[in-house]
Amino acid sequence: MGCTGPTRRQAIASFAVLLSPAADAAVWPADLAAAVAAFTRGAPLREGRVTLEIAELVDNGNAVPLSLSVQSPMTPADHVVAVAVFNERNPQREVALFGFGPRSARAQVSTRIRLATSQKLVAVARMNDGSCWSRTVDVIVTIAACIEGES
Amino acid sequence: MARTLITLPAQIRRDEVIEVRTLVAHPMETGYRPGADGKVLPRDLIRRFSCTFDDGVTKDLVFSAELFAAISANPFLAFPLRATSGGTLIFVWEGDNGFRQTETVALRLA
Repeated sequence: MGCTGPTRRQAIASFAVLLSPAADAAVWPADLAAAVAAFTRGAPLREGRVTLEIAELVDNGNAVPLSLSVQSPMTPADHVVAVAVFNERNPQREVALFGFGPRSARAQVSTRIRLATSQKLVAVARMNDGSCWSRTVDVIVTIAACIEGES
Repeated sequence: MARTLITLPAQIRRDEVIEVRTLVAHPMETGYRPGADGKVLPRDLIRRFSCTFDDGVTKDLVFSAELFAAISANPFLAFPLRATSGGTLIFVWEGDNGFRQTETVALRLA
């Protein structure tokens, strides 16, 4: 018991590290990591503050409702400058880039996107102090966009 | 000219945060999709959107977006705005093949 305890604990701890969001960036494909880095301008990415609402199981990848919001007081001293959404497996890594001006009362936006297959989506918010916050979600897509030609 | 649909709440009180909803009729052709003849259809996207508020004195940016191929056809965007005073909202969509559409909507406070 005394012998197996620490090793089991270590095993669980190492597994927990694999599952933790911070490890996500390490498993991203190089092109996704590069696209995110171009947006963050080298600032370290921290998990949190961003909420990304999308159905986990998507029936039709041609129009997937997506809404995102960022926790921020949106005052001149502390506000969100821009939010970008990236994907893992569409033909192009960028989905959209949203900018908020002085009249935006909240950093919040809703739109509809295309998803080519089941994949990860990453939303990154850049604050006025240069710090970057992110949220990653996994979505499962049953009917993909982009496969069918003109109908 | 593409058809657009811009929706504001019917009654807007001063300093209320409202949701502005916009939709524009556009195919958002990705440039990755084959057409009926098997050839890839040329890309035709709306690339930029912006909404500015003109209160008669200054023009302030409310919201802007850069759109890519992963945005669905007939792009829909909804975003918040704090209605501090009446004025005019100016919406601009710009894209490939010289696409440019401007719409203005009056913002009246109840």
